[in-house]
Amino acid sequence: MRNRAFVKHYYLMLIPGFAWLILFSIVPMFGIVIAFEDFNPTRGFFRSEWIGLDNFEYLFLMNDSKTIFINTIVIAVGKIVSNLIVPLTFALLLNELRVTVLKRWIQTIVYMPHFLSWVILSGILLDVFSHNGPVNGVLAIFGINPIIFFAKPGLFPFLIIGSDTWKEFGFNTIIYLAALAGINPALYEAAAIDGAGRFKRLVHVTLPGISTTIVLLAVLSLGNVLNAGFDQIFNLYNPIVYSTGDVIDTWVYRTGLLNLQYGLATAAGLLKSVISFVLIVVSYTLASKFANYRIF
Amino acid sequence: MVQGKTYSSKIFDISLIILLCLIAFFCVLPLWYTLAVSLSEKAAATAGEVRLWPVGFNMHSYKQIVGDMKFFHSFLISVERVSLAAIVNFVIIVSMAYPLSKSTKEFRIRNVLMWILVFAMLFNGGLIPWYMTIKSLNLIDSIWALVLGGGLPVFNVILVINYFRNLPKEMEEAALVDGVGPWNMMIKMFIPLSVPVLATISLFTIVYHWNEFFNGLVLTSKGDHYPLQTYIQQLVVVINTQTMTEDQLKTLNEMSNQTLNAAKIFIAMIPVLAIYPFLQRFFIHGITLGSVKE
Repeated sequence: MRNRAFVKHYYLMLIPGFAWLILFSIVPMFGIVIAFEDFNPTRGFFRSEWIGLDNFEYLFLMNDSKTIFINTIVIAVGKIVSNLIVPLTFALLLNELRVTVLKRWIQTIVYMPHFLSWVILSGILLDVFSHNGPVNGVLAIFGINPIIFFAKPGLFPFLIIGSDTWKEFGFNTIIYLAALAGINPALYEAAAIDGAGRFKRLVHVTLPGISTTIVLLAVLSLGNVLNAGFDQIFNLYNPIVYSTGDVIDTWVYRTGLLNLQYGLATAAGLLKSVISFVLIVVSYTLASKFANYRIF
Repeated sequence: MVQGKTYSSKIFDISLIILLCLIAFFCVLPLWYTLAVSLSEKAAATAGEVRLWPVGFNMHSYKQIVGDMKFFHSFLISVERVSLAAIVNFVIIVSMAYPLSKSTKEFRIRNVLMWILVFAMLFNGGLIPWYMTIKSLNLIDSIWALVLGGGLPVFNVILVINYFRNLPKEMEEAALVDGVGPWNMMIKMFIPLSVPVLATISLFTIVYHWNEFFNGLVLTSKGDHYPLQTYIQQLVVVINTQTMTEDQLKTLNEMSNQTLNAAKIFIAMIPVLAIYPFLQRFFIHGITLGSVKE
């Protein structure tokens, strides 16, 4: 075969990519030894004192650990559920719309927040929900006293889940809309001839037609159970709402890079990475079994 | 669908249109509000009088930004970062995806390399080891820390690999018969045929690097090396994250220059908002092709 000679060129092509991967992804993986050390930056990875599992032990004994773990799960699971249901509902509604031009416009508009950063959106949200912002302005019409939203621990998870859903629901409809477009139109015609109304067609044709997609997305989102969304929370939280808003990633940042407790922060980050990795592997295995999903 | 429209079906259609327009309206509303604040009088904005229209319309904050060297400098850093990242990502992702799109028969260790990639995508060492690595590479304060620091975007590589694999095999075979070598095959055959997915990954790269603020925050030691998003984060968000009481939060909000900040936020949004609608048909195609397959 002629392309036998190509293989050495293939290796050449791969060099820059793998160099990048090794330097910035693989090498840091070895840095997890910090989790087992009393890490001292001047002595480096290899000469810092080895302290075994002390950092992990401290993590489990720490008072805040439970709160942070629960906050992370509550926010992450809330987002997963909301980001499955809201886009699905919206896609079903949009699918009923027959005016194509309007459909296009609405799609373009709802994709928009996805492309904006959490820095920008947090700047806007902090203003919109501030004590004399427009939300409180509307509440005042109903005689409700101004609420300082981002200073209420009880409201914080809802604000986070809600604003994340607002940002992403449009973009998340893309997959659902593609699945909806894949349903054979003849099924709808047959159902209509049999006298099925809009609702019956939805239940008996549309939903079964996209059920694989729904299950697949649900299974794949399992890997996000510990991802509460660092960028968003980091830009919206403050010490007043730590009790419900501090999550693993924000805690790791503060502990490691601000308080310079490298070992402790690395240990917490490592626990998160390992649990997430296991969850993702489980979810991919399930997805490939039940929905014939393959990453490559 | 085939039947004539009944009265109740018309009502349904109309209320559906109203509902969907309302939802779309709520997606733009916060952004519209920010524009209105940026064009308002400072006192009116601080007092919270601005709703949907600017109060005391003026362009003062935008004029102020024109002379703001720090803002301008951060803007340029972001432009430099995005341009470098777009080029580097395009070149590296394509030259990596092309060999990895070959079958194991043709490129025997392909599957091993793919599993290494997937492992690197799913597992990471966490924040601190990553930071220490970049520090020991002496990249702090370098533009390359911002361009390369996020690591190889494996997901984008996989998108392109999957796209390449779905291209018709016959064309490649015909080109092989004509004696086309691997480099020409990649550059003159595969790249022109893969515009949708390449536009998609380029959009993802540009948006990611334009929006990314955290690497800008931790991988630069001085404020004058901040990219635009980090600059804005320091301006608008940081005061919020350090408050301890409700009253502090209130006063800080009143003290901040809301109109100027709103104008800066608005300018930072423009580049992304200007490109994504034009790439819409590509990314819809690219995402649905790459992520959920048969």
